[in-house]
Amino acid sequence: MAVAQSQTGGDVAVSLKGVTKTFATGVTALDRFDLALKPGEFVSLLGPSGCGKSTALRLIAGLMEPTRGSAISPGIRPGGARGQIGFVFQEPTLMPWATVAANVRLPLSLRRRDGVDVDTRVAAALDQVGLDGFAHAYPCELSGGMKMRVSIARALVTEPALLLMDEPFAALDEVTRFKLNDDLLGLWRAVKRTVVFVTHSVFESVYLSERIVVMTSRPGRVFTELKIDAPYPRDDRFRTSADYAALCRRVSDALADATARAGGA
Amino acid sequence: MNGEPFAPAVSARDRAEAALRVLLPIAVLALGIIAWELVVRLQGIPPYVLPGPVLVFQTLLADWGLLSGSLMVTLITTLQGFVLAVVGGVALAVLFNQSRLIEYSFYPYAVILQVTPVVAIAPLLLIWLPQEAAVLACAWIVAFFPVLANTTLGLNSVDHNLADLFRLYGASRLQVLMRLKLPAALPYILGGLKIAGGLSLIGAVVAEMAASSAGAGSGLAYRIMESGYRLNIPRMFAALVLLSVAGIVIYFLLAWFSHVMLRRWHESAVMREA
Repeated sequence: MAVAQSQTGGDVAVSLKGVTKTFATGVTALDRFDLALKPGEFVSLLGPSGCGKSTALRLIAGLMEPTRGSAISPGIRPGGARGQIGFVFQEPTLMPWATVAANVRLPLSLRRRDGVDVDTRVAAALDQVGLDGFAHAYPCELSGGMKMRVSIARALVTEPALLLMDEPFAALDEVTRFKLNDDLLGLWRAVKRTVVFVTHSVFESVYLSERIVVMTSRPGRVFTELKIDAPYPRDDRFRTSADYAALCRRVSDALADATARAGGA
Repeated sequence: MNGEPFAPAVSARDRAEAALRVLLPIAVLALGIIAWELVVRLQGIPPYVLPGPVLVFQTLLADWGLLSGSLMVTLITTLQGFVLAVVGGVALAVLFNQSRLIEYSFYPYAVILQVTPVVAIAPLLLIWLPQEAAVLACAWIVAFFPVLANTTLGLNSVDHNLADLFRLYGASRLQVLMRLKLPAALPYILGGLKIAGGLSLIGAVVAEMAASSAGAGSGLAYRIMESGYRLNIPRMFAALVLLSVAGIVIYFLLAWFSHVMLRRWHESAVMREA
């Protein structure tokens, strides 16, 4: 499980340079947006809703083309194999007609790579998210948190170099969210894949990330970047520490400034 | 959070409710039949105006040889029309889904075919086609549109994020169709099937009636027309009862099929604890 990040090559895992994205409706979601990630980094994009966080994520995934500027990532690198990216949406986005195992297997079975023991990979991915007993359950039989775990397992099953997460825990209750935050950090520390985590929660972004990119809205721009240099592993002690509170205050102030700059929202 | 996968727990109250849902319509049917028989007897209504249920049942038994043959003819036409409608409707919807140009070109004509009353088309088809083929064509025309319309709706109702996910993993068009669009459309297709089953019976009956006015045919609708001309009203009722029963059986078979296909995963069929 340790081969993942070597394939990104160089010192840059993701690079957006001067990216502008204007939709057909005339809405400019991103304006001269810059973002660079080193392999293995955990970066959060933080901003109010409508600030283009999700658009940035979809550009990195190669699901959209920038109107101007350049975007490089394992998803759109010329000649780069697809499947270098795992994507977790805000909703679990599972196929309701398929079992948990079949959902997790999807990325592998769509690409038919030789020499991959699919069943072992699927079992390992389910094991990683603590769902090893639920391979044959259907999504409608699971709770919201468990569905999200399946979604994460599906994103991990290809052992991607880059994991993109679009407010994955926003719809979950606090207890479940804390648990999944801890599990996510555990997974990230075990295999240092690059993670871009989109959220509107200051607390979540501080708890998880090495670096937070605070964005302004309409159009989305980088307002400022904050380094969170608290050491890992982070756990409940960190969550209740004075350091954490101070960091949250700093990030929260930055976010307030960003929103004020954009004319309030 | 209800973390456990649930087992369907059937309480005594649920069971009583289920029993009522079966027993009440049966009770209403029984009361209706008794009232019908009483009215016919007490009023002394002659059987060529309104036969009582007992006489209808006796006629059904007495004419079973003739009527069962006609029933088979109608059922086979219905089944053929239904199968063609499902195959044609789903295939056409998939074709429309794959190409906007084809959809724009032909969808209006599918609608026109649907809104033109089949009773009006039947005589024309009977001139153009051999009688059996004409009846089948009518059954197909009325039954295929709900399958087409529902399947089209279903194919377009795919979760956008799931579609993105398939794109992200480089799925081919065929993979998207077979593994995403068709499964997502399945509940809609099954809904279309439930409608199409009843409609193909109606189409077959309408066409048989049109054919019988030309003196041809052997299906149940032909028996109804023929009995009417001969003032054999009890046989007319017996044939009518058979048609209704056939329609009910078709509906329940399709509803059961739909339930079996969806019970593991679709909201409409999954049992929930109250």
